[in-house]
Amino acid sequence: MSTLSYEASKKAVFRGFWLLFVLTLIEVVFSLMGKGHIPGISSVPTWLLWGTSILIIGLSLYKAYFIVFEFMHMKYEVKGLAMTVLLPTLLLIWAIIAFFQEGNAWKERRADVEAKDRIEVNDRVLGAIDDQTLDWR
Amino acid sequence: MATETVTHDDDIEQQADWSGATAPFKASYGKLMMWYFLLSDAFTFAGFLIAYGALRFSMPSWPVPDFVFQTHPFSFLPDSWQELPLIFVTVMSFLLIVSSVTMVRAVQEGHRENRSGVSIWMLLTIIGGLGFLGCQAWEWNNLIRTEGMTISKNPFSNHAEGGTYLSGDQLVAAGFSAIKVKEEAHDHDHGGEDHGHHGMDTYYLAPGVTLDVPDNRFWVKEDHHGHVMAGETFEPDAPYLITKHSGVPHYQFGAYQTADGSSITKEQFGPKAFGALFYCITGFHGFHVFSGVIFLLIIMINVMSGLYVKRKNGYEMVEKIGLYWHFVDLVWVFVFLVFYLL
Repeated sequence: MSTLSYEASKKAVFRGFWLLFVLTLIEVVFSLMGKGHIPGISSVPTWLLWGTSILIIGLSLYKAYFIVFEFMHMKYEVKGLAMTVLLPTLLLIWAIIAFFQEGNAWKERRADVEAKDRIEVNDRVLGAIDDQTLDWR
Repeated sequence: MATETVTHDDDIEQQADWSGATAPFKASYGKLMMWYFLLSDAFTFAGFLIAYGALRFSMPSWPVPDFVFQTHPFSFLPDSWQELPLIFVTVMSFLLIVSSVTMVRAVQEGHRENRSGVSIWMLLTIIGGLGFLGCQAWEWNNLIRTEGMTISKNPFSNHAEGGTYLSGDQLVAAGFSAIKVKEEAHDHDHGGEDHGHHGMDTYYLAPGVTLDVPDNRFWVKEDHHGHVMAGETFEPDAPYLITKHSGVPHYQFGAYQTADGSSITKEQFGPKAFGALFYCITGFHGFHVFSGVIFLLIIMINVMSGLYVKRKNGYEMVEKIGLYWHFVDLVWVFVFLVFYLL
C-alpha cells in the first residue's frame, strides 16, 4: 500500500474488506454444514466434520495472515522486524500440539483409572482382595 | 603512519554506530515497542486458547456451539427465525472487520496529513468497537440471565444415550412422588396439572428418596418458551439446555427414560469448564476492545485538537493505535474460530 497511489490504496482497502467478509461467511457456512444445519445433509460423516474443520482453520489462518501483512503493514516493513515478531509465534505450534495431546492423555487416563477402580471394587466384593492384602493404613 | 589512519577511521565508524539517533528496522521506538507488546499479548491469548483446547480435548463431550449460540436480539423477525445458529456472532465479527477497515482508512488519511479525514474514520472505528461491545454485553446478559450459564454452572450438554422425555403422569406411574410448589411469580396454585407453562409447579422425587434437595428433583422437561417436551425422543449426542425460569431460583433437570427402557434418569450439567473458559476468554478479549476504544477516543481527540500537525510524522500515533486495534480484531478471528466454529 505504500507504493500505490491514493485512489489505488483506497480501493485495496475495500477489496480487503470484501475478502475478509466473504471468508468469514464461508467459514460460518462450512461450520453449520459440518454440523448438519444446511439442508441436504442429514447425517454428518466423521470425515466431513474433520475436513470442514481443517478448511475452517486454514481460512482463519489466511485471514490472520492478511490482517497482519496488509492491515498491519507487515509486508512493507523491514524483513528483520517481521522476523523478530513472527518467528517467536512459531513456537506456539509446538505448544498447541503438546497441550492437545496432553488433554487427550487426561481423557484416556481418566478412563483407565475408572476401569481399574471398577475391577478393584469387583475383586473386593468377590473376596479376592481383603483388608489385609491392601496395606493402606 | 598508515596504521594510525586506519585506527582513526575505525574510531569514527565506531562512534557512528553508537552515537544513537538511528532507527533499528527503520521503525520508530513507539512502533517497534507496540509490535513487541502485541507479541507478548499474543502469547497471553495463546495461553488461554491452548488451555481451552487442552480442557476440551480432555472431555468426552462438549456443548455444541450452534446449539448454545443460536439466540439473537432481533425480535422483529418471524417466529420460525427466532433461533438462528451462529448468526449473531457473525454480525459481531462483521462489526469488528468493518472497524478494522475504517482504521486502515484513518491511517491512510493520516499519511496524507488530512486531519479531518483521520477524525472521521477514527470516529467510525470507535462506533464499530462500541457496537461490538454492546453485542457482547447482550450475549452475556442472555446467557447468564435467560439461559443460566455462569462461570461455575453449564446448563448446556449432550445426551450420552438416546431416550424419551417423560410426563408427570408417567413419572407418578413409575413410583415417583409428586411435590407441588407454590410458584412465587404467580399468585395462584394450579393443583399439579401439566399445562404448558405450569410444568414448573410440580417436581418429582425418585421412589425411596426422601431428602428433598434440588439435586434430587426430577422435572417434566420444558424449554424456555414454556413448551412442554414430554413424549419427545432424542438420539445420543443430542444437545440440550437445562431450563431455568427467572421466577424459579434453581435449574429444572428434565426426566427421561433411556431408549432401551432400562432406567429413568435426568439431565446432567455439561462440563463445568465451558462457562469459565467462555466468560474469561471473551471477557479478556472484550476488555481489550474496551481499552482500545478508550485509547482511540483519546487519540481522536488529540487529532481533532491538532496535536499531531506539528510532529509532521504522518500521524504515526494513529498508526500505532491502529496496530493495537488490528491485533484486537486478529485475536477475535481466533476466539471466534475456536469457540463458535469448531
